[in-house]
Amino acid sequence: MSIDWIWANLGQIGSLFVNHVWLTLIPTVLGLLVAIPLGWWAHRSRRGGVIIIGTAGLLYTIPSLALFILLPAVLGTRILDPLNIVIALTVYTVALLVRVVADGLGSVPHDTVAAAEAMGYRGWQRLVLVEIPVAVPVIVAGLRVAVVSNVSIVTMAALIGIPQLGTLFTQGFQLRLFVPLILGILLCVLLAAILDQLLIWIGRISTPWRRKDVLA
Amino acid sequence: MTLLDWLIDPANWTGAQGIPTQIGFHLLYTAISLAIASAIAIPLGIFIGYTGKGEMLVAGAANALRALPTLGLLVLLFLVLAPVIAGQLVFVVPTIVVLVLLAVPPILTGTYTGIQSADPAAVDAARGMGYTRPQILWRVQLPCALPLLISGLRGSTLQVVSTATVAAYVGLQGLGRYIIDGRAQANFAEMAGGALLVALLALALELLFSVLGRVLVSPGLRRSTRRRRPAPTDTTTAALATLTATR
Repeated sequence: MSIDWIWANLGQIGSLFVNHVWLTLIPTVLGLLVAIPLGWWAHRSRRGGVIIIGTAGLLYTIPSLALFILLPAVLGTRILDPLNIVIALTVYTVALLVRVVADGLGSVPHDTVAAAEAMGYRGWQRLVLVEIPVAVPVIVAGLRVAVVSNVSIVTMAALIGIPQLGTLFTQGFQLRLFVPLILGILLCVLLAAILDQLLIWIGRISTPWRRKDVLA
Repeated sequence: MTLLDWLIDPANWTGAQGIPTQIGFHLLYTAISLAIASAIAIPLGIFIGYTGKGEMLVAGAANALRALPTLGLLVLLFLVLAPVIAGQLVFVVPTIVVLVLLAVPPILTGTYTGIQSADPAAVDAARGMGYTRPQILWRVQLPCALPLLISGLRGSTLQVVSTATVAAYVGLQGLGRYIIDGRAQANFAEMAGGALLVALLALALELLFSVLGRVLVSPGLRRSTRRRRPAPTDTTTAALATLTATR
């Protein structure tokens, strides 16, 4: 009976999984893109740091289900629009990563920055070609946390009716079936593990000079 | 009806389904879960931080738990436990179990990383002054661990407030009721009202913890952390680990 359920619903499970991947990946990438300039600002200016990291902390406090529902009221989107989920998760990712990016940039050794300066790297060039690459291990560590939590947070959107792996949980609850529940949990954990490994791999190939180090 | 109409409607502020009652329920579940989780996690965290035993295991378990989707865990445990429990508690007990399960890792991580991150110089100084090992633990390492411990408690609290909201789906009282019932009746004002109240409750608790941190943490400790401006990445990741509850 259990395997039958999976076979009978294979198409639906597949499309839920694909939805889940997009709902996780888009906000993670968008969040990183927004967090880098903000984190840089927080790193450079003391007041900027206080404002940005304080705001980020407050935003991170808002429970996801509440944010999913409040965003339409703020943005004027429809409540069932997946865009709300994307924006909410982007907000969480930015909130998590600004601090990580600021700390990562702070972890770049002074000598490295000075050497880059002496070699003629200035402003943007120095940031993009020297400081960010050196900060990659710290940023990747933060991204791993962000992506794994995002996989889990996306499932909450099932409660307001947005299809992704969380839908298997609401189905399991309504039908009193364990199979979709357990399958949903396993697929979430699997997706989180794959994305986590992917990030470790990206971190490794983008920092060839650290080959001997063990990524924390 | 808009969000504001719903919020100022006196009918929503009285009775068994009223806003004060639901806030009370929400806080009650939060308090119970945190108390149980602390009773488990703080002694265990002290043991791990003090002896260094089981650290890898706990760090791995905490990470794995982060990947587990809260909603799935909640529904699964509810379906498993509900038949075992009879009567009024059928909604409450399975949920409390999930809330405790989710609240333990941040407190545990905060406690043991806090103890381990205690300044070795302070520990050495205490040893030099003739403190016994238990004395070092209680008078030096624990006070030094307090900032990370409180940050762990804060992470747990937010996780619990957030999950207790979701638990309205399986029938729990609390502010989540407005969101779930509002959704069922396509009443957007009620949903948004509930969401706003949950967000405000979470912010209020966050504020409470920042005040708590200011009052409880030794002033000497605060000064030394401020002087060490470029935060060592170790404490950053530790703080991250305690912060990142899965909303």
